[in-house]
Amino acid sequence: MARREISGYFYSPVAYVIGALFLLASGVWFFHAIFRPGQPATLRPLFEAMAYIMVFATPLLTMRLVSEEFRSGTFETLVTAPVTDTQVILGKFLGVLVFYMLLLSCTGLYMALIAAFGKPDPGVAVMGYCGMLLLGAAFLAVGLFASTLTAHQAVAAVVGITILSVFAIIMQFLTLHAPPPWGQAAARLNAMTYFKDFARGMFDTRGVVFFVSSTAMFLFLSVKMLESRRWK
Amino acid sequence: MIEVKNLTKKYGRITAVDGITFNVDKGSIVGFLGPNGAGKTTTLKILTCYHPATSGRATIAGFDVLTQSLDVRRNIGYMPESPGVYPEMKVREFLKFRAALREIPLLKRKTAIGRVAELCGLSTPENMMRRNLGELSRGYKQRVALADALLHSPPVLILDEPTSGLDPAQIRSMRELILSLGVDHTIILSSHILAEVEQTCGRLIVIAGGRIAASGTPDELRKSVVGPSRILVEIKGKRKEVIETLKNLPGADGVEIKSIGQWRRASIRFTDGGDHRAEIARAIHNKGWAIRELRDQAGSLEDFFVHVTYEQNIETAGRPGQ
Repeated sequence: MARREISGYFYSPVAYVIGALFLLASGVWFFHAIFRPGQPATLRPLFEAMAYIMVFATPLLTMRLVSEEFRSGTFETLVTAPVTDTQVILGKFLGVLVFYMLLLSCTGLYMALIAAFGKPDPGVAVMGYCGMLLLGAAFLAVGLFASTLTAHQAVAAVVGITILSVFAIIMQFLTLHAPPPWGQAAARLNAMTYFKDFARGMFDTRGVVFFVSSTAMFLFLSVKMLESRRWK
Repeated sequence: MIEVKNLTKKYGRITAVDGITFNVDKGSIVGFLGPNGAGKTTTLKILTCYHPATSGRATIAGFDVLTQSLDVRRNIGYMPESPGVYPEMKVREFLKFRAALREIPLLKRKTAIGRVAELCGLSTPENMMRRNLGELSRGYKQRVALADALLHSPPVLILDEPTSGLDPAQIRSMRELILSLGVDHTIILSSHILAEVEQTCGRLIVIAGGRIAASGTPDELRKSVVGPSRILVEIKGKRKEVIETLKNLPGADGVEIKSIGQWRRASIRFTDGGDHRAEIARAIHNKGWAIRELRDQAGSLEDFFVHVTYEQNIETAGRPGQ
């Protein structure tokens, strides 16, 4: 199923558009903020920018995963084969994760450019990519869950962006501006708090726990949503 | 092979299937017949483990559809009414994907795909297997869906309106295919087209208003129509004389007559539902008329279907919760 999803992405015009926009945005940011004389040789600003871009890009990547199956009628054929709902969700998640990793690997070009002209800290780079992977997995799981809610891709995208906006943008705002204890509570739920450590080159197990458990939770909810569809 | 006991399915306040019970023996082809909205597709979706029933029990090949769903799905091949396709996939690619989902060992997949492609008429034209599913006509999409259902040689085939949307030639070839598959598989198919089920099914289950209205072979159902019988006869004689003679037959209730040149085609209604062909033949012989057709027009399957489903729908409308 993962294999089918991955090849599906290569046929999908939306995936190419998202990919191109993502690379365009990250490219512009890279050349504007990083690749200039006198700037430190680090991808950290890029990672932070990419995390915000992902709030919008990942639901657009995941919106078709389950919604399209509902709409086109392939869901019925899929679940009347001997596959469990868990296998369906995991297969789709794996498929989109691999596509995401391919997109991410394209930014390796920027790393190479920096290394050619400066001395980047490899630790920061590795941790940054780890963070992007963990954050990406969690965001993709949210998008996949949004896709199980509806047969309309656009609705799935909007729901996904809304959920991610709460946990990335709104929580970030509250962390910075809300009075304690609200500000501190918001920080615990803020994806960007945890991600920033990775972007700085720090390995914090709290961040790993946050992203891994978020991923697991939304994948679990996705499985439950699929199950509940059958009981209607 | 398929056992259904008191199966009920409710969607909120609407009862789509109301306590139906039936069995399908191994190796038989059973037609599930009923008007639109009768509960045929809902019943099939319960058998394919797509929807759980509200109450009741169903087993396929001995496995319960609710508690042993994976085992059931390994033993069935399901062709839905409007098969969904992944438009960007090629036929061969799709069948490879489905073969993997059906747990067919890697080395056996190619053979399985070749076999079903041949069976379902997908190996000609030459490039059919390389075409995108999105480009195919409805007839071919249904053939691909059937091929998918046959990949793992399941003992049971569940076909929901297998000929819907097909042209007459395609309907005929699908019908012949189903008959040939009946040799090695137990088949349950649903339809609202009488002619189709009459020709393919050994047994019919008529469902209307969520309940079973009747069950039996096509002949049994035809004969069970209660009411007047009709005999059709085509004879050569003077029109007035023919009408007089036929009207005066014992038990005759009315005669409809049509002239075709010198021949008269008459339909005689008898109120007692008996077989009066011998008497008619004697009467015609006594008059010395030439005869070229004499047959029992009693209780066509269409009469039966309309009668039984009409009755059932009246009853359903009066039921609470409908």
